[in-house]
Amino acid sequence: MRKVYSQIENIAGNVVTIKADDIGYKELAVVESSMGTSLAQVIRLKGDNVSLQVFAGARGVSTDAQVRFLGHAMQVSFSENLLGRIFTGGGDPRDNGPALTDNLINIGGPSVNPAKRIIPKNMIRTGIPMIDVFNTLVESQKLPIFSVAGEPYNDLLARIALQAEVDVIILGGMGLKHDDYLSFRDTLEESGALSRTVMFIHTASDPVVECLLVPDSSLAVAEQFALEGKRVLVLLSDMTNFSDAMKEIAITMEQIPSNRGYPGDLYSQLASRYEKAVDFEGAGSITILGATTMPGDDVTHPVPDNTGYITEGQFYLRNGRIEPFGSLSRLKQMVNGDTRGDHRTIMNSMLQLYADYKSTLEKQSMGFRMSEWDRKLLIYGADFEAGMMDLSVNISLEDALDLGWKIMANCFEPMETGIPTKVTDEFWPKDAQASAKDEEKAPAAETVGA
Amino acid sequence: MATTTGKIVGVNGNLMTVRFEGAVSQNEVGYAVLDESRLMSEVVRVQGRNADLQVFEDTTGLRVGGLVEFTGELLAVELGPGLLAQIFDGLQNPLPRLAEQCGFFLQRGTYLDALPRDAKWAFTPTAKVGDSLTAGETLGTVPEGIYEHRIMVPFALPGVCTVEEISPAGDYTVIDLIAKLRDDRGEIHDACMMQRWPVKIPIKAYEERLRPKDPVVTKIRIVDTFFPVARGGTYCIPGPFGAGKTVLQQITSRHAEVDIVIIAACGERAGEVVETLREFPEITDPRTGKSLMERTVIICNTSSMPVAAREASVYTSVTLAEYYRQMGMNVLLLADSTSRWAQALREASGRLEEIPGEEAFPAYLESVIASFYERGGVVRLKDGSEGSVTIGGSVSPAGGNFDEPVTQATLKVVGAFHGLSRARSDARRYPAIDPLESWSKYASVADDELVANARGILRQGNEIDQMMKVVGEEGTTVEDFMVYLKAEYLDSVYLQQDAFDPVDEATSSDRQARVFGVLSNILNAKLSFADKDSARRLFHQLTQTTKDWNRVRMDAPEFEEIQKKLESMVAEVAHHA
Repeated sequence: MRKVYSQIENIAGNVVTIKADDIGYKELAVVESSMGTSLAQVIRLKGDNVSLQVFAGARGVSTDAQVRFLGHAMQVSFSENLLGRIFTGGGDPRDNGPALTDNLINIGGPSVNPAKRIIPKNMIRTGIPMIDVFNTLVESQKLPIFSVAGEPYNDLLARIALQAEVDVIILGGMGLKHDDYLSFRDTLEESGALSRTVMFIHTASDPVVECLLVPDSSLAVAEQFALEGKRVLVLLSDMTNFSDAMKEIAITMEQIPSNRGYPGDLYSQLASRYEKAVDFEGAGSITILGATTMPGDDVTHPVPDNTGYITEGQFYLRNGRIEPFGSLSRLKQMVNGDTRGDHRTIMNSMLQLYADYKSTLEKQSMGFRMSEWDRKLLIYGADFEAGMMDLSVNISLEDALDLGWKIMANCFEPMETGIPTKVTDEFWPKDAQASAKDEEKAPAAETVGA
Repeated sequence: MATTTGKIVGVNGNLMTVRFEGAVSQNEVGYAVLDESRLMSEVVRVQGRNADLQVFEDTTGLRVGGLVEFTGELLAVELGPGLLAQIFDGLQNPLPRLAEQCGFFLQRGTYLDALPRDAKWAFTPTAKVGDSLTAGETLGTVPEGIYEHRIMVPFALPGVCTVEEISPAGDYTVIDLIAKLRDDRGEIHDACMMQRWPVKIPIKAYEERLRPKDPVVTKIRIVDTFFPVARGGTYCIPGPFGAGKTVLQQITSRHAEVDIVIIAACGERAGEVVETLREFPEITDPRTGKSLMERTVIICNTSSMPVAAREASVYTSVTLAEYYRQMGMNVLLLADSTSRWAQALREASGRLEEIPGEEAFPAYLESVIASFYERGGVVRLKDGSEGSVTIGGSVSPAGGNFDEPVTQATLKVVGAFHGLSRARSDARRYPAIDPLESWSKYASVADDELVANARGILRQGNEIDQMMKVVGEEGTTVEDFMVYLKAEYLDSVYLQQDAFDPVDEATSSDRQARVFGVLSNILNAKLSFADKDSARRLFHQLTQTTKDWNRVRMDAPEFEEIQKKLESMVAEVAHHA
C-alpha cells in the first residue's frame, strides 16, 4: 500500500509542496481535502520537497490535506467507448456518463520518429471554397486559425468538423465560454456527428491546470485512433488560452519569463503538441486544426508568432471570412496538382484579380475616376466575396471551380484574366462570352508569350 | 572506467541535480538509470558536491535517490566511414535503424551505434611502418560512396607518432585495429577506422586557417551575384515565418557546388525534414550522377524532440562537417534554425536560474553563437590540400523583427546576411531575399562594378516607387519612371527565380555572369520614349522575353537567339536617343 502524506509545507497558486521520498517526476497524486478530491502532478523535485500542481486548483486545500501518490504519470482511457463522450481535460466525464478506466494510456508520449513519417498526399475536402480551392487542407497538416475575440472561429471549426471527410473528430476545448461549449455540442449532436466525436472540454470557469491537460489528452487519444487506421481530425480551441495557462503556472513557479510573461519554452511546448500531427505509414493520420486568438489582432504577439513558425500555414479569419491574403496552406502544392487541371489556375488567377479589386477599392475610396476596367473589377469583387468567401457556402471543390469560371466569365473577357489561352479555351464557359461588353484595355502582359 | 556515480537530489523539467561521489568534469556525460533504460545527460554546472545535468530525454519518472553513472567522457560523436547518406538525431542516433527497432515512436533511452559495427570497408594503407605522422594525417583510405574517405591519425593524439604496425589492404569493420602508433613518449596507441571526438571542441588538426575567397556557387542568382557566400564563409538567413527560409535552404542543399552537405534540422518542422529525406534519394546530383543523398548527412532534431538534444545537434553537425573537411573536402552546413538552438540555450539557462539577458536569453548567447560560426572556415591541411566548412544558418526572429538578440548576435559574426522580407514573400517574389537590406562581404561571381551599379538602380527604383505612391504616375518624370521600370525589370527577371522550373531553378556561375552582363547593358542603355506607356510596354516585353530566356537551357540554340532578340529590342529604342 502506498503511503499517505498529510503535511503540506507550502501552497502558492495552484502548486502545493510536501515532503516525500521515492516519488517519480511527473507522477500523479490524489489530493483530498475538505473541499473535495483532485488529481495533482509532480512538477518539481528538490531534495525531499515535492511540488505538485493541483488540477482542480489549490483553493481550499488545507495544510493537513491527504496526498496519496499513484505511482504513474497522467493517463487517459482509450477504447471505442470514448466516441460520443465528453470529458474534462483530466479525463473525468462531463456528460453524466460512466467514468472510463479500462485500457489506460499515457498522455504526452514520445514524438514520432521522423524516419517513419511520409510525405502528406491526401486532400481533406471541407466544402468551404476558401479552403478547398485556395488553401487546401491536407491530411496530417497542422494549421491554426488566426483570429480575434468575437470572430466566429468556433463556428468555423465546427463546420469544418461536420463537413470534413474524416473518421474521428476530437475536440479539445481550452478556456471555452460555457455557451461555446454547449453550441459545439449541440451543433455536433444535431448533425449526427457526435457519435464519431470525442470531446475534452475545459471551460473558462474550470481550474486552469486542467486546461494544460486538454491538448495532451486529446492528442494521446487521437494517436491511438490513428494507429488503428482511422483518419482523425483534432480541433483545438483556443491555443492562446492554453499558452496563457502555461504562463500562469510558469509565473507561479517563479520561472524567468522571456517575452510578455510567457515562459521561454513556449515554442517547444506548442511544437510538441502540434507536431503530433502525422500520417503514419500503413495506418491512419492525425490532422490538427487549432484556433489561436491574437490579442489586439497582433500577429507578432508571442503565441501567434511562435505558432506560425510551427504550423504548416495559417488561416486568417477576419470579418467573418477567411482572408485570401496572408492565409496559407503550406502543403497545398502536394495535393492541388492532381485534383483537376484548372485548380491551380483558378487559385492563382482569382486571387490575382481579387488583389486588383482591392486596389480599385482603394482608388475608389480616394475619389479617383473609375475606368471601364475598374468597374469590371468592382462587379467581380462583389461576386467573388458572395460566391466564394462567404462562410455559409458549402459546395464541392469541383462545383467551386466551375463557379470560379462562371464568376470570371461574368465580368471579363478570357484574355483579361491573364490566364494562358490554352487553359481558357478548355475551361472558359461557352455561353457566357456574349454577356461581357467591349474588350478594350487588355493588360499588356500576354503579348509576347510562347 | 566509470567510477564516479551519484544520486539524484532534484528534478525540474529536463534538468536534474545530482549529488556525486568522486570527480566530474564540466560537460561530462552521465546516464540516469531508470528501470531498464539509461537516460543520457550532460553536466552543465557544478556547485559543491552537486552537479546540474541537462537530460537529453523526457524526465518523467526520474526519482530522488535514483542512480546516475558518469562516464568520464564529454559528449562525443563517432567519426568514420559510413556517415554519408545517414539520418541521425542530435545525439547521432541513426533514425532509420531506431525505427526498425522501436517502431513509430522515439523510445527514450535507446541509443544505437552511429556507425554500424558489422559493415566492412575496403581499406588501402597509404602510410608505412616507420612513418612519422601527426594527428589528422592519413593512414589509409576507404571508398565511401563517391568519395575517397581518409582514415586519419586520431585527432586527439599529441605530437609526432611513429607507425609501428599497419594492416595490409583488406576489408575491415570500423572497430578493427588497423594501426599501432607510438607517440614521442613511447606510448602505443591503437587506431581503428572509427574515432570519437567531443562535439563542443573544434577539430584543429590542420596547418593553418586561410581567408575565404572563392565563392560557393549556390546557383541562386540573387545570392551568387549580389550577396555571395565564400567557401569557408558564414552567412545567415533571418526571416519571419512563411518567408521561405526552409525552402531556400532546401534549394541550396540541392544545387550548391560543394562536396558534402550536412543538413541540421534543428527544432523545426518534422514534415520539412521528411521532404528532404524522402526526395533526396530520388534526385540525381548532376555533378556526380549519383543520388543526392550520397553526399548528404541529415542531423534531425525536430521541434518535438527533446530540447537538450536540440542544443547538441548543432554541435554534432558541425563536428561531422569538420571531419570531412579534414579529408580536403568542401562541406556546406545548413542549420535550420539557429533560433531554436538559442531557445534551447534559453530554456536551460532559465532552469539553472541564471540571471537573464535580453528577452531572457542567457548573457553568453553572443559568445556561443560566435564560437559556433567561427567553426566554419577554409583550412590548409597538413598534406597541403584545402578543405572548408561553409555555414549557413537560418534565424527565426520573434515577430519577424531583426532587432532581437539572436539575429543581432548572428549578424556580428557572419560574412553575409540574406534578410528575407515578408513584403517580398507576400508579393510572391521568391526567393524573398531583400535586395536593399541584405549584404555580403564576399566576392561575387559577376563583375563588382556592374553589381554595384545594379544595386544603385534597385535602390533608386525603390525610392521612386515610394514617391510614386504619393504623387502618382502623373507626377513622375519619364526619366525617373524609366529607372523604376529598370529596377522592376531586374527584380523580376534576375532576382526572382522560379524554383519549380527545371532550368530556372539553378543558374550556373557562367550563365549568371553572361546573363548579368546582358542585363547590365540593358540597365545602362540610354533609352528614350515618347511616353510612359510605350516605356512600360517595352519593359513588359523585355520581362516576358527574358523570363523565357531563363527557361531555356544554355546549350539550346534558342539561347543565342533570345539574347540577340533582347539586344535588338533595346537597340531599337536606344537608337532614337
